[in-house]
Amino acid sequence: MSESIKTSKRQFRNIRIVDLPRYRFPLGSIVSILHRASGAFIFLMLPLILWLLDRSLTSEISFAYFQGVVSHWFVKLILLVLIWAFLHHLCAGCRHLLMDLHVGLDKEPAKTSAITVLAVSLVLTAVIALKLFGAY
Amino acid sequence: MANDNIGYHRMVVGAHYGLFDWIAQRATAVVMMVYTIVLLIAFLLPGDVGYESWAGLFAQQWFKLLTFAMFMGLFYHAWVGMRNIWMDYVKPIGVRLLLHVLTIFWLVACAGWTVQILWRV
Repeated sequence: MSESIKTSKRQFRNIRIVDLPRYRFPLGSIVSILHRASGAFIFLMLPLILWLLDRSLTSEISFAYFQGVVSHWFVKLILLVLIWAFLHHLCAGCRHLLMDLHVGLDKEPAKTSAITVLAVSLVLTAVIALKLFGAY
Repeated sequence: MANDNIGYHRMVVGAHYGLFDWIAQRATAVVMMVYTIVLLIAFLLPGDVGYESWAGLFAQQWFKLLTFAMFMGLFYHAWVGMRNIWMDYVKPIGVRLLLHVLTIFWLVACAGWTVQILWRV
């Protein structure tokens, strides 16, 4: 037992960052890393979300101010990225919950659900983008 | 592994090696999903969305509490997720501890702001 305390833990690294360009990403791993990236992005954007909620609720004057801020093209762009991040995180999260219930764990269903997650979140984002930038 | 986890080798910034956070992350995810649906229904109901109806929705106590519970769930969910990210990519214990503390500070500050926003309407 004392030996096991003295010897330092072995580090197992299956991939290094320099290997990434040569590494083939299956669709499931793309969904997975985007799930993580979108979550981290929402975490960093929390103050913006709360600030917008605050402006939209405080008074009629602040609501008008909120509408002005949100109608700026750059803010719209950030909001669109946020909306995509939210939708992707939500869809990939549903996939996670199903997999926790042992649904779709095999190779083929997992690939299909990965495509579905990417497609649904991108299509919904595109629909919202058209609405946001006033195409309809 | 178990023998390594004592004394100097004890992992001080790991997970709790239990089911709690895993379940909490999934439970809060479901709460946020339900909230999203409630908000979407409120949004899609007939009538234009102006300040009156928007603030009117948030002025009701049940919606305040629902929003509050959802946000607290979101912050806990974000804590588990961010902690997992730091644990995967940041190996030096000191840096990791600092990032954990900053993450908690960030989320607690957001939680305070959420209360202020909600109970001012």
